[in-house]
Amino acid sequence: MLPEAAATVTDAVTAAVAAAGNASSLHAAGRRARRVVEESREALAAALGARPSEIVFCASGTESDNLAVKGIWWARRAADPRRTRILASAVEHHAVLDAVEWLATHEGATVDWLQVDAEGRLHSDVLREAIARDPYDVALVTVMWANNEVGTVQPVAELAEVAREHGIPFHSDAVQAIGQLAVDVGASGVDALTLTGHKFGGPLGVGALVLGRDVACVPLLHGGGQERDVRSGTLDTPAVAGLAVAATLAVERQPALHLRLSALRNELVNRVCRAVPDAILNGARIDRLPGNAHFSFPGCEGDSLLLLLDARGVEVSTGSACSSGVARPSHVLLAMGVAEDEARSSLRFSLGHTSTRADVDALVEALPAVVERARRAAPAPRR
Amino acid sequence: MRLLAALSGGVDSAVAAALAVDAGHDVTGVHLALSTAPATLRSGSRGCCSKEDARDASRVADVLGIPFYVWDLAAQFRADVVEDFVAEYAAGRTPNPCLRCNEKIKFTAVLDRALALGFDAVVTGHHARLEAGVLSRSVDEAKDQSYVLAVLTPAQLAGTVLPLGHLTKPEVRAAAAARGFGVADKPDSHDICFIADGDTAGFLRSHLGAQPGPVVDALTGAVVGRHDGAYGFTVGQRRGLALTVPAPDGRPRYVLSVEPVSRTVRVGPAQALDVTSVRCVRPLLHAPLPPSCTVQLRAHGAVHGCAVAGDADGWLLSLATPARGVAAGQAAVLYDGDRVLGSATVD
Repeated sequence: MLPEAAATVTDAVTAAVAAAGNASSLHAAGRRARRVVEESREALAAALGARPSEIVFCASGTESDNLAVKGIWWARRAADPRRTRILASAVEHHAVLDAVEWLATHEGATVDWLQVDAEGRLHSDVLREAIARDPYDVALVTVMWANNEVGTVQPVAELAEVAREHGIPFHSDAVQAIGQLAVDVGASGVDALTLTGHKFGGPLGVGALVLGRDVACVPLLHGGGQERDVRSGTLDTPAVAGLAVAATLAVERQPALHLRLSALRNELVNRVCRAVPDAILNGARIDRLPGNAHFSFPGCEGDSLLLLLDARGVEVSTGSACSSGVARPSHVLLAMGVAEDEARSSLRFSLGHTSTRADVDALVEALPAVVERARRAAPAPRR
Repeated sequence: MRLLAALSGGVDSAVAAALAVDAGHDVTGVHLALSTAPATLRSGSRGCCSKEDARDASRVADVLGIPFYVWDLAAQFRADVVEDFVAEYAAGRTPNPCLRCNEKIKFTAVLDRALALGFDAVVTGHHARLEAGVLSRSVDEAKDQSYVLAVLTPAQLAGTVLPLGHLTKPEVRAAAAARGFGVADKPDSHDICFIADGDTAGFLRSHLGAQPGPVVDALTGAVVGRHDGAYGFTVGQRRGLALTVPAPDGRPRYVLSVEPVSRTVRVGPAQALDVTSVRCVRPLLHAPLPPSCTVQLRAHGAVHGCAVAGDADGWLLSLATPARGVAAGQAAVLYDGDRVLGSATVD
């Protein structure tokens, strides 16, 4: 967490404990809590180029994605029963992917998974063609701002414009983007945007959906209707305050961070390619999250690499794991046309505001021997 | 030493890993995901494949403060253990899947990968003693697993650490409770982990389909019943025969042999099950054979005095006392007292 966000959370927790304020209560303590929430709403909206009334606080990026995908889908179908088709990029995060799959299996949604190119980018003509198949049955379009695994940034404004031409709501999961890229919700033309606090130095357990004022959305959670009648539940006031402080600072610092991280990342990429000549860089060459590098190391298992690097103090990630912890080949890489073996051999290196050149030195020093060892540990091809 | 502790999520492997940490080793935990679809929380709770077990294993690693990973061995487990299990039954033999899993998964796939990754050995929670490469029975005879480890080669044993051989099961549970492991009172696993409901016949039927055939009285040659698949029967089995003709002597009849090609199940009186000589294939010798030794012919089965004749291709065991119901496919494990001398597969 950013120190400033941590201090805000701590102060707000102390104040909340003293006052026992519930932001939805009408008495004095409630009004004080309400004021913290509303000031946070204004600060977050200002940082994102949105209006305060468009901010719907919730508990996580996952909740925000689910609310957008399911809520907008339900509302659009209620307005016109023909609208059941979802257009989603094939490289979405599981919070979107699984919400879409759920609508398909439980609610009769049809889904077009929009194909991406070898760098993981969705081109606007692919979206245009998918809409043209029947412009009247599309409930919503959802395309992430930037990919969490391979870092590829999507041409969101261009895609949103295509959807807008047909009056179709456009949602973007921008969880990875805030603080790393310049995000201006108003200028982007998106109708709904997901963010979560801990990805830009804010507290865990708080997120938001930026939801355009005229975008109809059916709630997931019913109750007091605290957030614009779209989301119910008492808000975690300290977390909301911390989220707003972190967002303000992250957006303010984003240009400098982008410069520093992309330089460090480029150095990492160049040095990894020299240290392991057959390493394959996955994802975009330009328009990429500044802190993201993602490689396949042919002949290695990603989880062997992770174990060996972990033992040397270098923290990296493989793709997603199932609930038992079994590594799965990434659907993102498979959608980009990467072969399954190569997908299993991949690792993500993430740089953030605390990363230094010493971290890159440690990685590059450890990597050749680690790759060599992981290659020997790979299971022999089956008979 | 750098040790890789296989953590099943059960109490034994948890304590084994803890003892390895106590002994000052650099220990890393790994849970083996063996099921391709650990669909529900409970489905594999009798064995080793459920989400709950994966979580229990990771909690043990948390408490011990050791790194923890999950390795996906589902494809190898399916090919080397589950498919082998089905094929062995289809061929009229009675396989031991735990033994096979030790042989092919834990002490081949996992050990090979561990050694390649720079570990010195694999630690497991099996109840058996292993000292200076010599494998012996656990001090807890009821929990002894030396029988399902006897198939390991000297090279595999050299890469194995078994910390539990000197502890009884109650001592293991007490050690787990003293360390605050949540799995201290977790029930023992039983049966076959990939047949969660325990219905082996149903599992085989779903894989092999109905293959009806006759049940024949071995003495008279008369057909005394029908069955839906010879693979559902094991030598020595008495229940589930559904015989339509009573035995002439009125005494129970047992499965004497299973012949998969003719789909014939032969039944006869108990004494016809008694054998005093057993042919074995694929022998593996850990130590020179003394003039006399003992043999165990199934997991937790009785031991028999025996003399061994034969060579590297096979053994002929002459038993001092008759063994009842010796099934092809089971392991014959030779002991000198508690010490494992070697093993082979009953032909």
